[in-house]
Amino acid sequence: MIAKHIEQLAPSGIREFFDLVLGMPDVISLGVGEPDFITPWRAREKAITALEEGLTSYTSNKGLFVLRRSISRHLEKKYGLKYDAQDETLITVGVSEGLDLALRAILEPGDKVIVARPHYVAYPALVVINGGKVLSLQTKEEDNFKIKPKELSTLLKQNPKAIILNYPSNPTGVTYSREELKEIWKVLSPKEIIVITDEVYDELTYEGIHCSFASLDKKSRQRTILLNGFSKGYAMTGFRVGYACADKRIISAMTKIHSFSMLCGPVISQIAAAEALLAQKEVKQMRSEYNRRRDFFVKELNRIGLRTQKPQGAFYCFPSLKNFKIKALDFAKGLLMKEKVAVVPGTAFGEGLEYYLRMAYANSLDNLKEAVIRIERFISTL
Amino acid sequence: MNDLLEILEQNSRVSVEDLAKLTGKSKKEIQRAIKDYEKKGVIVKYKTVINKDKIKGEKGVVAIIEVQVTPQKDVGFDMVASRIYKFPEVKGCYLLSGTYDLLLVVEGKDIHTVANFVSEKLAPLSAVKGTVTHFMLKKYKEDGVVLVKEEKGKRLAITY
Repeated sequence: MIAKHIEQLAPSGIREFFDLVLGMPDVISLGVGEPDFITPWRAREKAITALEEGLTSYTSNKGLFVLRRSISRHLEKKYGLKYDAQDETLITVGVSEGLDLALRAILEPGDKVIVARPHYVAYPALVVINGGKVLSLQTKEEDNFKIKPKELSTLLKQNPKAIILNYPSNPTGVTYSREELKEIWKVLSPKEIIVITDEVYDELTYEGIHCSFASLDKKSRQRTILLNGFSKGYAMTGFRVGYACADKRIISAMTKIHSFSMLCGPVISQIAAAEALLAQKEVKQMRSEYNRRRDFFVKELNRIGLRTQKPQGAFYCFPSLKNFKIKALDFAKGLLMKEKVAVVPGTAFGEGLEYYLRMAYANSLDNLKEAVIRIERFISTL
Repeated sequence: MNDLLEILEQNSRVSVEDLAKLTGKSKKEIQRAIKDYEKKGVIVKYKTVINKDKIKGEKGVVAIIEVQVTPQKDVGFDMVASRIYKFPEVKGCYLLSGTYDLLLVVEGKDIHTVANFVSEKLAPLSAVKGTVTHFMLKKYKEDGVVLVKEEKGKRLAITY
């Protein structure tokens, strides 16, 4: 009854663990993949006013023009990128839909897509759902979980159609400098490959300046599908607003699918998002707060013996368990049962990550402090 | 404002040790910076925001009083302001633009105490031309802190 390629999608091995967490009260959760801040008030207020004014209809397929224009201006100001608000910008339902549309628009059955591991859970699944094949590129802790251009060029021999680049990264918090991206582009540019970038954590960059892949040169802009959204930097996860910017032909193809399958993003969310772009002060405040917590938390994890590299962005860190010879799922289960602290086992983010954990520091300082005390106590029993 | 002041403004009880970890500085540097701020008057005082409505038996009233005054030669409003803000009943005193000059926050045990303060101490001052007293009915937000309990959105305990 169910399509084979869907039935064969590997069910998440840690679903059971997730259910365990969700069923337990009073847990300090470092497993949450979203901000602990509430959406800036001015965006919420705008949404309330829009409801009062009765703005409840469909928008154009591509999304409200005012939002597209604001995004276009924002990208130009921030990254020097010029995307036409009319033809080269599409409002999506979160980055998730943006990625789905991008893959649907470009993949033919059997086309290969490079996904670097550790990866956000949805990447390989969406490639498979859209009839593609995943080419995994394992990154290593000793390389800071960054893509090595040399290893990338080996994979390119298999003629992949696209590569998904996510930086700052969920789950590692790693990001790339302009120079590092140039090295990657040097390897990619001779090939006819499309670069899909998931830059949803761009506002949460703590070291260096975020560089948008499309801004490297003229050719990189032509071959990039830039995906971003409001969920993380603007604390708007539940509003579900993302956007895609790319060459006219690509956006037109994505819009075609979007107009049949989604019609348009929710209007109230789009109105709130346009306002959120003006909340740069609040965004900066949230970033400073995450940055302080990052300093605190990573230092503390290393102090209690959990080897953790300092992430440069997002709100995750990816500690190693190799000093303890205990697998991530066992560690996570033990920590949850004994100390009521939830973390996500690395195995959620791809194979070969049995000895890593993802911990989110999008949590109050008091909770982070208490979590460290509990983790330390748990480690002492190992 | 820098990181250190931002943190302390939110919570002055964060320990020196934690401040050091949060700002990436050493404990000594933090201690020195705080001392320096205190000396320069950047940090004025460490206080606790208390919601007095929640304390049993604590029945005080707060009044906001608009005061019209006659400024004095050479010293303007400063002299009369200092004459007024020295009363212990006066918890806050501000010079404003607009239809009146000084805005006072006055606290008292009950309405009569405040009324007595106004009629016996404040109004008789020769520089005071007139007063308008507003009694506070409910506090919603103070010092940037919302005092009424707000529902907080709940995140799922675990998500990708």
